[in-house]
Amino acid sequence: MRKLFIWVPLVIFVAFAGLAIWALVAPPSRDIPSRLVGQQLPEFALDPQIAGRPGLSRADFRAGEARMINVFGSWCIPCRVENPQLVELARAGVPIDAVAVRDTPAQVQAFLAQYGDPFQRIGADPNGRFQVMLGSAGVPESFIVDGAGVIRYQHIGEIRPEQVPEIIEKWREASR
Amino acid sequence: MKWLAPLLLAFVAQPLAAQEAAVTSPYADRQLEDPAQEAAARDLMHSLRCITCQSQSIADSDAPMAADMRSLVRERIAEGQSPDEIRDWLVERYGAYVTFEPELDTTTWPLFAGPLLILLAVGGLAWSRIRRKGRG
Repeated sequence: MRKLFIWVPLVIFVAFAGLAIWALVAPPSRDIPSRLVGQQLPEFALDPQIAGRPGLSRADFRAGEARMINVFGSWCIPCRVENPQLVELARAGVPIDAVAVRDTPAQVQAFLAQYGDPFQRIGADPNGRFQVMLGSAGVPESFIVDGAGVIRYQHIGEIRPEQVPEIIEKWREASR
Repeated sequence: MKWLAPLLLAFVAQPLAAQEAAVTSPYADRQLEDPAQEAAARDLMHSLRCITCQSQSIADSDAPMAADMRSLVRERIAEGQSPDEIRDWLVERYGAYVTFEPELDTTTWPLFAGPLLILLAVGGLAWSRIRRKGRG
């Protein structure tokens, strides 16, 4: 029994070193998912971000169809990278609304003119208040809301070209 | 050399672009008039984790999102909400990640139970040794 005990410190050390190496080699995802996925979209009403395009409010999500909310900023580089994929999604029939975080009308106009404009509505979130309300950790993020107003899916970071079919599938699931 | 320009641009574009995300929240860096409320807000800010930066509190971070969250905290304190209410509201959205003062729940209990168990084990070991020594 005593002989076995002398191995205890070594076992503890190896376990600890293993844990440390594992954590260094395969760091866990730094994504912070929203806890609101699976819950009702909270009440909100955002002013229009640009002239000639409606703002966004909770009431827009009671139409019985699944819609996507894209949280973005014209100042955000990954959002530019993502834009062509959003255009593609819109062309495939996914209704996309946007929320522009800490942005100005002129810069959003310029962004849409340069990179493409897949958005039906664009709400303004000048103080990031909507972002926090939704449990969104950054830009870009996309939320799929079903016809009953339940947040069904959150995509963190830019939607890459190879992820477009998956997003369409998630939207179809939410549409059922 | 064709690859050099985009590479350089990648370094240049980011800080320039970051400047465009202007913070307009009223209380991001302005104190509340009531010192007691400001103190409560400040305490809470130091215990809330910035969502976009690594292991900084929103009080310490220069990130625009942290600034907006400071304003949110101050505005809600001024409205009469308690620090715990505000913390709970944020935890409902971001989970325990957002707070530096974790609550006791199904995932955090080892944090609290671990030291106690180790103390008990060591105490038990020491006790048995002392008793044995006393006899011998």
